[in-house]
Amino acid sequence: MKPEDARFIKAIIFVNSLVPLALLAWDAAHKNLGANPLEYVTRTTGMLTLIFLMLSLAVTPLRKMTGWNWLGMNRRVLGLYAFFYGSLHFLTYIWFDRFFNFKSAVGDVVQRPFIAVGFASFLIMIPLAITSTNKMVKRLGGKRWNRLHKAVYVAGILGALHYWMLVKSDTRLPLTFAAVLAVLLGYRIFSANRTTKTQTRPTIIPR
Amino acid sequence: MVIKRPEQIPSSEITDKKVYLNRRNFMRGAAMLATVVATGELYRRLNEPPQPTPRGEKLAGVQPPAPSVRSTSEKLTSFEDITSYNNFYEFSTDKGAVARKAKDFVTRPWTVRVEGLVNKPKVYDLDDLMKIAPLEERIYRLRCVEGWSMVIPWVGFPLKALLDEVEPLSNARYVAFETLFDPKRMPNQTTSVLDWPYVEGLRLDEAMHPLTILATGLYGEALPPQDGAPVRLVVPWKYGFKSIKSIVNIRLVADQPKTTWSMYAPNEYGFYSNVNPNVPHPRWSQARERRIGEYGLRDTLIFNGYAEEVASLYTGMDLKVNF
Repeated sequence: MKPEDARFIKAIIFVNSLVPLALLAWDAAHKNLGANPLEYVTRTTGMLTLIFLMLSLAVTPLRKMTGWNWLGMNRRVLGLYAFFYGSLHFLTYIWFDRFFNFKSAVGDVVQRPFIAVGFASFLIMIPLAITSTNKMVKRLGGKRWNRLHKAVYVAGILGALHYWMLVKSDTRLPLTFAAVLAVLLGYRIFSANRTTKTQTRPTIIPR
Repeated sequence: MVIKRPEQIPSSEITDKKVYLNRRNFMRGAAMLATVVATGELYRRLNEPPQPTPRGEKLAGVQPPAPSVRSTSEKLTSFEDITSYNNFYEFSTDKGAVARKAKDFVTRPWTVRVEGLVNKPKVYDLDDLMKIAPLEERIYRLRCVEGWSMVIPWVGFPLKALLDEVEPLSNARYVAFETLFDPKRMPNQTTSVLDWPYVEGLRLDEAMHPLTILATGLYGEALPPQDGAPVRLVVPWKYGFKSIKSIVNIRLVADQPKTTWSMYAPNEYGFYSNVNPNVPHPRWSQARERRIGEYGLRDTLIFNGYAEEVASLYTGMDLKVNF
């Protein structure tokens, strides 16, 4: 793929990832967020965080299955969007549920375990976002970087758990996220096993 | 093999670089636009904004509240909010989608069977039911167990008037209520998010309390489907889920009846479910609430602010145990 095409695909993904935010802002400006706008914004940003987490996790399996290597370069931006929407989700909570009263937020973490779980998921994403630059990959070394970034699965699991813990009875959506996560994680484990097996008996592929 | 030299291609046939780039940019612009529209469309599909509800039919002869009933001067929640933010799992578990899903819910003809431990069991047609007592406006706070609240001008009559008509027997101690079960009309009943039909219950003295009403309207108009048409219970000092909607059966019984939410999660939802800021839900605090239409949070009041009227019903009871 030509670099300019790669750039264009990146631009498409970057811009499209902003569309939900743009519509959310549009709806907010037009007072079209329903009767409980804060709940709406919290729910929407939370959903977007989970969706972008799943999308970023789906990149590598998809790339391997399709052989479309250009997918790989879009993993970082999807992961960063997950962190971005996660930050908005956290900000909505701290602002409109706790009114920047951090002491009450700490108390809330104890009283509402689902808040603690969601917060843990968010905390895990912070170092991953910080170490997402090329420079950091070099500084940490590919292997260590990869090991660190496996934590994104923990963030995803905690995120889905956070959602599951807060719904009253309709667990279909949280369970869907969990199922997607299980498939992605399952694929990872499966392909890791396979590569270690092939590594023990290397074959030379004629080119 | 003849290799054409570039000069052999007449310059008039070479696409101008500008045109070539323009076309390319145009295609890219179109591709970008198409994906943005598709993403926007997907977002809208998954996150449909609520539609305004048409106003209902005006109810005739609605009386002001009985002077014995303490009203509230708090600001009413808007009709739009009351009719677009609903917990009615029979239609959808998405509060913003209930109105849309319930839009065509037909509530005529409708009958309510009153039976069990009574002298005069009877099947009431909706019109008969509404003639039992004059319809009154009752402005009540409604506190949802999820932590939000509204102020709603209900139209209805005391449940006591109905119970007096059927004459409960001396061994009747509880009242059990049941919502319609008809998955063709209530589409989400095909799922198993709850056990259907939805059932609720009150102690007989709670049911006879002057604040307890059967509501058939709000804002002076017939109840919209999403708010529990055509007839629902309103018990203002209890969490909203106790105020069962679209009632088809009322049964006087001797033993405490099963209730949907306490069957679903007995450690989270009790039979009484009185609004109580001091008894947290196992997964969240009940100390404060978000009044729909307001920015901040309010303190939740014990018995939702109706302690003066109803606290005596529970003297000697440990409200932490009987939550």
